[in-house]
Amino acid sequence: MYPRSFEYVSPGSLDEATSVLASTEGAKVLAGGMSLLPLMKLRLFSPDVLVDIGRIPGLSSIEDRGDHLAIGAMVSHAATASDPSVAEHAAALATAASWTGDVQVRNQGTTCGSIAHADIAADQPSAALALGATMVAASAGGVREIAASDFFVDTLTTALEPGEILTEIRIPKQGGGSAYEKLGRRGGHTDYAVAGAAVWLDVSDGAVCCGRVALTGVGAKPTLAEGVMEALIGTDGSDAAIAEASERALEGVTVLDDLFGTVEYKAHLAKVMTRRALQQAVAAAT
Amino acid sequence: MGGGVVVSTTSVLGGVVKRREDPALIRGTGLYVDDLQLPGMLHVAFVRSPYAHARVVSVDASDAEGMAGVRAVYTAADVAHLGDLVTQVAVGKLRPLLAGDKVNHLGEAVAMVVADTRYGARDAADAVDVEYDPLDPVIDLKEAASDAALVHEDMESNVLLAWEGGPWGDEEAIAATQQAIADAKAQDDTVSVSFEAVNQRLLPMPIEPRSVVADWNVGYGRFTVHSSTQIAHALAGGIAQTFGLSLTDVRCIAPEVGGGFGCKLNVYNDEILVCFASQQLGRPVKFTETRRDAAGSTIHGRGWVATATITGTGDGQILGYELDGIADMGAYSQNFTVAIPFLGLFVGAGQYTFPTHWKVACVHTHTMTTDAYRGAGRPEAAYYLERAIDAFAREIGMDPAEVRRKNFIPADKFPGAATHIGFPMDTGDYETNLDALLETAGYEDLKAERDRLRTEGRLVGLGLATYVEVCGFGPSALVDLGFSWAAYKIPSGFSGSGLVRVQADGTASVIIGTGPTGQGHQTAWAQIVSNQLGIPVENIRVSHGDTAESPLGIGTFGSRSAAVDGSATYEAANKVRAKAADLAAHLLEASADDIMFADGGAHVAGSPDQQVSWSDIATLAYQPHRLPEGMEGGLEAHAVFSPGNATWPFGSHLALVEVDGDTGDVKLLRYIAMDDCGNVINPMIVDGQIHGGLAQGIGQAMFEDGDYEADGNLLKWSFVEYPLPTSADLPSFELHRTVTPTDINPLGVKGIGEAGTIGSAQTVVNAVVDALSPLGVTHVDMPLRPKRVWEAIQAAKTNGSVS
Repeated sequence: MYPRSFEYVSPGSLDEATSVLASTEGAKVLAGGMSLLPLMKLRLFSPDVLVDIGRIPGLSSIEDRGDHLAIGAMVSHAATASDPSVAEHAAALATAASWTGDVQVRNQGTTCGSIAHADIAADQPSAALALGATMVAASAGGVREIAASDFFVDTLTTALEPGEILTEIRIPKQGGGSAYEKLGRRGGHTDYAVAGAAVWLDVSDGAVCCGRVALTGVGAKPTLAEGVMEALIGTDGSDAAIAEASERALEGVTVLDDLFGTVEYKAHLAKVMTRRALQQAVAAAT
Repeated sequence: MGGGVVVSTTSVLGGVVKRREDPALIRGTGLYVDDLQLPGMLHVAFVRSPYAHARVVSVDASDAEGMAGVRAVYTAADVAHLGDLVTQVAVGKLRPLLAGDKVNHLGEAVAMVVADTRYGARDAADAVDVEYDPLDPVIDLKEAASDAALVHEDMESNVLLAWEGGPWGDEEAIAATQQAIADAKAQDDTVSVSFEAVNQRLLPMPIEPRSVVADWNVGYGRFTVHSSTQIAHALAGGIAQTFGLSLTDVRCIAPEVGGGFGCKLNVYNDEILVCFASQQLGRPVKFTETRRDAAGSTIHGRGWVATATITGTGDGQILGYELDGIADMGAYSQNFTVAIPFLGLFVGAGQYTFPTHWKVACVHTHTMTTDAYRGAGRPEAAYYLERAIDAFAREIGMDPAEVRRKNFIPADKFPGAATHIGFPMDTGDYETNLDALLETAGYEDLKAERDRLRTEGRLVGLGLATYVEVCGFGPSALVDLGFSWAAYKIPSGFSGSGLVRVQADGTASVIIGTGPTGQGHQTAWAQIVSNQLGIPVENIRVSHGDTAESPLGIGTFGSRSAAVDGSATYEAANKVRAKAADLAAHLLEASADDIMFADGGAHVAGSPDQQVSWSDIATLAYQPHRLPEGMEGGLEAHAVFSPGNATWPFGSHLALVEVDGDTGDVKLLRYIAMDDCGNVINPMIVDGQIHGGLAQGIGQAMFEDGDYEADGNLLKWSFVEYPLPTSADLPSFELHRTVTPTDINPLGVKGIGEAGTIGSAQTVVNAVVDALSPLGVTHVDMPLRPKRVWEAIQAAKTNGSVS
C-alpha cells in the first residue's frame, strides 16, 4: 500500500489552487482523501501532483442563504449528517451522509468529495441528485454552476473539467420532504450500498405534486428514476400508489452486477428501496 | 512440596483484573515490529504472480536492478540451496521460498526486491518484468478431488490423504460403524436427512499484518529476528534449520502482536527470505505486509465442501451421522495444513453418543495455503454436525433442544468418556450446560414470541447449537503421533514452561514460553503467580516472546497457553513458594510447615503480627552467606508442564434473528452464549475472548467470503471487498458460564480462545434457516449476506413450497 511518488502542494487560497491546477498536468484535488488515497495506495490511480484544498479558508461551512443551503468543499460527512439545517431542508442528504463509511471516514471525508468522486455505490451523490442540487465549480477561468442532473456522467466520472474544483454544492430550500434508504453490503445501513434510493417530493392538496427519485448502486452512475415520479404525481401518495410507481424504478437504467448483487437482485432492491424512501418522504411532506 | 499456604480472603485467581497491557497499547507506546527502525535497515517488496497457475517463462529484473536505491533482486535460483520452506506436517507439496518454473496460486512470490525504502522497493517490484505462460487452474474442490487435472504435475494425485474415523485408524471398527449406520438406515422406523454445504474459505486478516525484521550480525554469526508471530521459538528453530545454525545462533523476538488467529502460527517464506537478504547484504532487512499481501499470501482458513447425512427415529434418537467432505489445502502444505481437518475429526461427533463415520479428504488446489484459523477444523466439524441435527429435528418435528438432549454423552460417563474415535475426554456435563442456557435465555418464551410473530408474517427464527472443543494442546505425547516440532529443531511434545524469579526487592519477574497476540498474558500470568505467592499483581512483571531469555514454549494457539504454559508457571510459582517458606522459616525461627503467606509477606501460623516481607525473604536469598548450611542462594524456579491430554471445553449458544423478506437482510437480534471453559482466571479476559470469537464465527455466518473465482482470481484484496463484522453489525452479546473444571491441569482451566468461533456460525445459520422455514427453505450456505438469503427465499417461492 505504497503509492507511487507524487508532489504535494497546499495552496492558501482558491485562486492559488485553481492556478496550480490550470498550470499542472496530471494534478488532482485532495480534500478528505478517503477515496483518493486508497486508490493511490493500491496504485490504481497515480496523479503526479496533489492539490490539497484543506488549508483554503472558507470551504468548511454549511450556510443557509435564504433560498438554498450551501455546503462547502471541506464540510465532512459528519458535519453534513449532524447539521440542523441539512436535517430540516435536505433530510435525504443528512441520512446519506450519516450512512457513509464509518466514524473515522465520516470525520475525515467530505460530502463534496464523495459527490465529485461519484462512486456508484456511494450514498450522497444520489441524495444530491434527488434534491436537485447545483454544483459550483471553480477554475482559473472562473466559476460555473452545474445542475446535478448534468453532473454525473458515468462511473467515477463527472462533468468537472480537469482544472476545476467543486467548491460547494447548493441545495434549494424547496419544502416538501426527502428521505434516503439503502441496503448495505453487510445488510442494514453499514458499508457501501448494494442499492439505495433518494427521494424528494412535495404534496399539495392531498396529492403528490412534484418530486425526484434517484438511485444508488444499480446503474453506472446515480440515476434519476423519472418513471416513478411520473406515475406518482397526482396520486394521493398512498402505499398502493407508491408500490405501483416503484415498479417503474428501473426504466432506462442498465443494472450492473457486482460481488454483492446480481442484476436481478439489485433491480429488485432498487424497487424496494424506492418504495421505502417514497413512503418516508410522503410522511415527511404531509 | 515444602510448606507455605497462601491465605487470602479474595482469591486473585478468578477475579476481574484490568488488562495490564492495555495502557501501553491504547496510548501507542507498545512496540510492534513495523515500529522498529534499525540503522541501515533495508526494505522488501515481493513480485507476486497475477495468475493462479502459470509457467514462469522468464524473470527480467534488469530495469529494477538499475533503479536508484535498489540493493538486490532475488529469484528462485538465488535461494534454491536453502530448500523448501520448513514445514512441521510435511505431507503434500511444500512451499518453495520463491516460485521457480511455475506459480501455483495468485500472489505467489516470484522475486524479492530489496531497496533503501519501502516505496522504492515497491517501485522496483513493479519494474520487474515476468513473462508467464498461463495454465488452467484447479480451483473447484470436487474437480480437484477427481484428479481430472493435477495441481502439481509431479504428484500422482491432488488428494493428499483422508482423515477417517472412527475409531481412528482402526479399519475394522470403521467398517463396523459404517455397518451400524447402514443397518439403521435400513430400519423401517428411521428417517435420514442429507445435505451438502460449503464451509467457505476465510481470510484471517489480523489488524496488524505480518511484519519481520532480520538482522544478521556477521561478527557473532547470529541472527536477531523480530517477527509478528505466534511461535517465536519455532521461528528461531526454523531459521536455524534452514541456515544450518544452532538454536543459540538465532534470537527471535515477538514484541506486541496485533492479532494472529492462527495465521501467525506458521513460519513463512518471507521470514526466511529476509534472513537470507540480511546475510547477503550485511544490513537489517524489513518486510511488512501490505493489506493486499495479507489477504492473498498469508494462510487462509476453512474451505470445505461436505455432505452430512443424519439418521434417526421419530422419537429423536439419532442412530448415525456421516460426514463425507473435501477440505482445501491450497497449493502448498505449510505448518499444520493437512492436520487441520484432523482436529475436526476429534470433535466430529460433538457432545453426542451416536455412531459417527467421518471422512474428509485433503486436496491441493491452485489457491493460497490453508492452515489454522481460529478454531481450525473444529468450527467446520461443529458446523456440519449441528446443522445436521437441526435438519433432523425439523424433519421429525421435534424441538431441536430436545433432540440434542436425547443424544448427549451423559454426565455420569465422565470421567472415562471418549470421543467417537476413542480419544479420552477430560470432563463434561452437557445437559446441565444446555439447561442453563435455555433457562437463562427464556427459551420457551422466545419460542412462543417467535411463533406469535410468525402469525404476523414476520420471518423470525431461533437457532441453537452446542459444541465440544478439543484444545489446550497437549497431550505431550502428541509427539509420538508425529506432531513434533522437529522440523524447527524443537523435537518437543506439546508441553509448556514458565520461570518465576523473585527479585531482590521482593517483586517478581515471570518469563514464559508463549506470548500473546491479544489474549492478556501479562495480566493472567500475574494473577496465577500472585495467587500462589501472595505478591500483589502490580508487583509482578510478565515477559514473553524473546527466545534468548524465555524458556521453551511452542506457542499461543489452540487455546493452549493458559492450560499448558499457565500450569507450568503455576508449578514454578509453587517451587518458589516452597523455597520462600524455607527462607521465611529461617528468618522467623520457625518450621517451614507453619509458614503462611499473606499481605505481601510471610508469617508463622497463629502469629500474623510477626511478618517478614517478600523483600526480607528475597534479601536473604540474595545474601547466601547468611543462609543455613546447605541452602542455595537465589529465589527462582522453572517448571515444565506436561499435560496428559488435551482439554475439552464445551457450551451451547442461542441466536434470535429476523429476516427482511423483501431484501434478505438478516438482523441478529440476540445472541446468548453459555460456555464452559472450566475454571476462569480472569472473567473479563474470558468474556473478551468470547466476544472476539463470536464476532469471527458470526463473521463467517453472515459476512465473510474468501473463496476464489473459478479462474483462480481472488477479488477480496481489502476490507472493501472482504467485509469483516464491526461492533455496529453485532448485538450486545449475552454471556454466561457453567464451570466444569478439567482434571488435566492444576489450574482446572480448559481454554477459551476459540470457543466463541467454534460455537457460533451454525447457531446463526440454524436461526436464519428457522426463520425461513415457513417458506420451505431448508439450507442456505454461508455467508448469509442479503443477496444469498433473498435468492434462497426466491428459490423457495419458485419451488412452490410456500406454506
